[in-house]
Amino acid sequence: MLWPRLARALLGKPLTDPAPPVPQETVAALGERLAAAARTRLGRSLSIREVDSGSCNGCELEVTALQNVAYDLERFGLRFVASPKHADVLLVTGPACRNMTEAMQRALDCTPDPKWVVAVGDCAVDGGVFKGSYAVEGGVGAVLPVDLLIPGCPPSPEQLLEGLLALLEAEAAPAPK
Amino acid sequence: MTAAALIRTGAPQGAHPFERFLLAAGTWAGLPAALTADPSLAFLGMWAEPGMVHAAFLEEGANAVLLASAPAESGRYAALSPARPGAIRFERMIRDLWALTAEGAVDLRPWLDHGRWGLEGPLSGRPAAILGGEPPQPEFLPAEGEGIHQIPVGPIHAGVIEPGHFRFHVQGELVVRLEQRFGYTHKGTLSLMLGKPARAAAAFAARLSGDSTVAHGWAFAAAAEAALGVAVPPRAVALRAVMGELERIHNHLNDWGFVCNDAAFAYPHARCGWLREGVLRACAAAFGHRLMMDRVLPGGIAPDIAPGGAEAILAALEAVERETPALMRIYESHASLQDRVVGTGFLDPVLAARFAAGGFVGRGSARRFDARRTPGYAPYDAMVPALAVEAGGDVDARVRVRVAELGTSISLVRRLLMTLPEGETLVPLPAQAGEGSALIEGFRGECLAWLRLDEGGLIRAVFLRDPSWLQWPLLEAAIEGNIVADFPICNKSFNCSYSGVDL
Ligand code: SF4
Repeated sequence: MLWPRLARALLGKPLTDPAPPVPQETVAALGERLAAAARTRLGRSLSIREVDSGSCNGCELEVTALQNVAYDLERFGLRFVASPKHADVLLVTGPACRNMTEAMQRALDCTPDPKWVVAVGDCAVDGGVFKGSYAVEGGVGAVLPVDLLIPGCPPSPEQLLEGLLALLEAEAAPAPK
Repeated sequence: MTAAALIRTGAPQGAHPFERFLLAAGTWAGLPAALTADPSLAFLGMWAEPGMVHAAFLEEGANAVLLASAPAESGRYAALSPARPGAIRFERMIRDLWALTAEGAVDLRPWLDHGRWGLEGPLSGRPAAILGGEPPQPEFLPAEGEGIHQIPVGPIHAGVIEPGHFRFHVQGELVVRLEQRFGYTHKGTLSLMLGKPARAAAAFAARLSGDSTVAHGWAFAAAAEAALGVAVPPRAVALRAVMGELERIHNHLNDWGFVCNDAAFAYPHARCGWLREGVLRACAAAFGHRLMMDRVLPGGIAPDIAPGGAEAILAALEAVERETPALMRIYESHASLQDRVVGTGFLDPVLAARFAAGGFVGRGSARRFDARRTPGYAPYDAMVPALAVEAGGDVDARVRVRVAELGTSISLVRRLLMTLPEGETLVPLPAQAGEGSALIEGFRGECLAWLRLDEGGLIRAVFLRDPSWLQWPLLEAAIEGNIVADFPICNKSFNCSYSGVDL
C-alpha cells in the first residue's frame, strides 16, 4: 500500500514551493546587529525554538505550516528544536502575557549566545488587540530584546519564511565595516 | 422537582433564544442536590458578573439550553462542583476573575490567577491592587505509593504548541496522576470586550482560540444577533457554514497527521499537511484569509466570497476526498501505527457522559451529541449532518470520528456552495439593549457564547466558553495507567485549546 506511493513520490517532482524573495533592507538591518564573531558561529543554518508567550494559537498554526511539504523549512537549514538550550533563534508568538513573563525570561537565559529573538504576529509586535489588558505586558519587546518583527495576524508562512531567510542572509553577508 | 424544573421556577429574564432564569440565592443552593438526583441535565459552563453567578445547562432529552443565575450575596454562592465535576475549573476561574467564592466547592485553588497581574478580581468591578511580592508557588494534588516520582512539563513545551504545565505523578513508566495547570495564556479577553459594541468586540471572539476562529466568531455573532433580534441574510448564513466546515476540515486533517507523526509515522503526516495546505490556500482565495479570521461579523459576514473562490474550495476538497480512503487504508494496515493508537488513552463513555464532553472527544466515547443537529441552527436545519460516533473511547476512536467527519463536511460544503443564495451578506445592527446566547459546533465541539447589551448596544456582560473546558479534565482521566511516552499521542488525539480556556 505504502511502498508504491513512496516510490512514486521519489520519481515525481517535489511539491515544495520556490523560496520567497527576501527584502534586502531587512537583511542589511539585521547584519548590522550581528557581530563578526557571531556570524561565523551561527553559519548558514539556524536552530529555532518556538515560544508561545500567550498567543491565540493562530500564529502556531502558521508556524506549524512552515514545516509542511509546501514550505519545507529544513531545506534552508532552518529547523525547530525542542529546547532553548539547542536554539539560535527564539521565535516568539503572542502578546507578552504576565503569566508567561518568567518562563520567557528563563527561555532566553537558557539560549546560548549568539542568538536572535524574533517576534511573530501582531500580538508579539506590540500586544495587538490585547494591548492595554491587565494581563499583558505589551509586545514581546516589553520582556525580551527583539531583533526582528514579523507582523501579521497571523503572518502567512511566506511572510515567516521571508523573515527567517533574512536572518540567514544577514549571517552570510560580510560584516559591515 | 427535577433540576430543570427548579431552574424554571426562577424569574425569566427575556434572553434569546435560550431563556435565562434568575433564582433566589436560596433556590440556587438547592441546585446541587437537584442536579445529583437528575443526571440528565448536562452542565455546559459557568461564569459571573459583579455580584451574580450564571450557569448553562443542556437538557439532554429536550435538547434545549437552559440558563440559570443567582445573586452572589456577600461574594458567595453555592458550588455546583459536588454535583457536576465539570464545574470545578469554572468555580476556580470565577474566583480568580470576579472574586466570587463557591461555597462547598470541591477545589478552590487559584486557576487563571498566578499572582502576576498586579491586581485581584480584575472583572469584579472593584479589583484590589496587590503590591509586589513573590508570586505564590502552585500546589499540586498529591499521589502516594512506592517509588512514585514527579515529572514537571511546561509551561514551554517541546513542540510548536501553546504553553501550559503538566504535572505527572509516575510509578515506573505508568502515569498514576496527571494534573494540568493553565492560565499562562490569560490575556484578559473578557475585560477587553466590555463596553464595546458587538461589532468591535467580535475581534476578541475571533481570537479566543485561533484554530476555532470561525466557530467562536459565529457563536459570538449569533448571540449578539439573538440579543438584538437581527435576522442574518441567507447568503451569510450559508457562507458561515461553508467557513465553519472548512475550519473543521483543516483542523481534522492537521490532527490526523499529527497523531500519526506522534507515532513516528511520517507519511500520513506529510500528506495530511499537504492536503490541509491546499484547503488553507483555497480559504485565502475565497475569503482573503487562510484561517478565515474576522470574516464572521455580528450581522453577517464580510467580505463576500471572492469570484473563483467556490471553484478553489471545491478543487481543494476534491483532492482531500480522493486521497482520504487511501490514507485510511495506510493508517489501518500498519501494525506499528495501530499498536500505538488502539487501546491508548481510553476515555470511559461513562465519564464522557458525566462531563458532557463535546466534539470528537465525546463522540469517540459514544456520546451522541452534535450541536448542529440538536439544538440545531441554520443552515443545518435544512441539511442535517450525519452523526459520527464510535464507542472505542481510545485514540483510534477519536481519529475515526474525525475522518468520518471529513467526508460529511466535504459534502456539506458542496451542497452549501451549490445552493448558495444570492443577496447581501451583512446587515447593520441597531444600538439597543438585549441578551442572547448561541451554541455553535466548532471542530472541537460546541462553542457557547452569551452576552448582554445595554441601551446603547454596548457589551455589559459576556462569556465565551470553549468546548475544551469539559475535555481537558477528561485527558487527565484518559492518560491514567498509560505510559508517559504515550502522553503526546493522547494529548494530540484530544487537541484541547489552551488559549480557549485561559481567556
Ligand atoms: S497575531 Fe493574531 S494569530 Fe497571532 S496570536 Fe495574535 S491574535 Fe493570534
